[in-house]
Amino acid sequence: MDDHRLESIIGQLLRAGVLLAAATVLAGGVLFIARHHAEAVHDRTFVLSAPQTRTLAGITQSAFEGDSAAIIEAGLLLLVLTPVARVVIAMVGFLLEHDRFYAAVSLTVLVILTYSLLHAT
Amino acid sequence: MTVLEFTIVVLAISLLAGLLGALTGLGGGVVVVPVLTLGLHVDMKYAIGASLVSVIATSSGAAAAYVREGFSNIRIGMFLEIATTMGAIVGAFLASRVSTHALAIVFGLVLLQSAYLSIKGTPDNIEGVEADGLARRLRLGGAYPVGGKPQTYGVRNVPGGFAMMFGAGTLSGLLGIGSGAVKVIAMDQVMRIPFKVSTTTSNFMIGVTAAASAGLYFHNGYINPQVAMPVMLGVLAGALLGAKLLMHMHVKTLRLVFGVVILALALEMIVNGITGKV
Repeated sequence: MDDHRLESIIGQLLRAGVLLAAATVLAGGVLFIARHHAEAVHDRTFVLSAPQTRTLAGITQSAFEGDSAAIIEAGLLLLVLTPVARVVIAMVGFLLEHDRFYAAVSLTVLVILTYSLLHAT
Repeated sequence: MTVLEFTIVVLAISLLAGLLGALTGLGGGVVVVPVLTLGLHVDMKYAIGASLVSVIATSSGAAAAYVREGFSNIRIGMFLEIATTMGAIVGAFLASRVSTHALAIVFGLVLLQSAYLSIKGTPDNIEGVEADGLARRLRLGGAYPVGGKPQTYGVRNVPGGFAMMFGAGTLSGLLGIGSGAVKVIAMDQVMRIPFKVSTTTSNFMIGVTAAASAGLYFHNGYINPQVAMPVMLGVLAGALLGAKLLMHMHVKTLRLVFGVVILALALEMIVNGITGKV
């Protein structure tokens, strides 16, 4: 394992994550349009998304029930998790390189990201 | 406007924003947020939330291509992400507290700087510098291909770059943009990292930075599926197309035109913020 190989694994992982997320968002979007296309967008202040689509458990549950908005949210959540997975892979890579310092740096970034996501959901 | 019409219009705007953002290197967020707010009167915080997720998509989508070229430096990126992610949390927290008028004014100022950068163009320094003591202890230097041969480079002024990265993260979390321009300045001007390495490493960092503030935006309910869906898909498609076109295009004139457009958006954003229309 060297840095370049590590970066190329990470690059491919990121692209796969984005494609998966985009496909999910697209599927939810098509479903959403099919169900709501004729409805009017009155004012563009929108309503805050419902509380159940603000948590991880809520989003996944509603998505599996076929709620189109929740499927879009699930895709977006998947997208947000892609860079987090990148940090995890980098940390493992640095450990395999026996680079403890950069493994610790990656862990620090991971803790900050986890704090933000857990605090949020 | 019906849901279908709204989706198509937003999709088209986002596609164009992603395309221009990739061609000029400024990213799609700086266009998509003002156009949605000024043109379609979308509440700014929803525009920012949607832009934030599109920023993650473009950054991650382009990463594979950049890595293949062998320019990005994963250690520099990871180390500085400590600063950008902390900044991003602060920015997202501030965004939920300040009024949209204030957000519009700050956004306008950032646009002014982007317009300036776009018109001025950026020098492509390829010379590597000697590393200073701290950078050497952190093993931040590296090598990148110049004309087929590896060119080594060192890094300087780590504290200065780290501080500026915190600021870049704050702007990203506050305004839903990648703030790639500030990240590049921090690496290229402050830390004296070669331009190519700076831009590609910056792209790598943008996704992680935006992910740190996205959690709070989700929590506050500002990532609305109806807005975020067309923005994310449009910007991503535009950016991927832009990256392909970039290899066959001369972008100097385009940067100039884009700079003028951004300048106009900047002024309108600031005026609307001051008069309280946004």
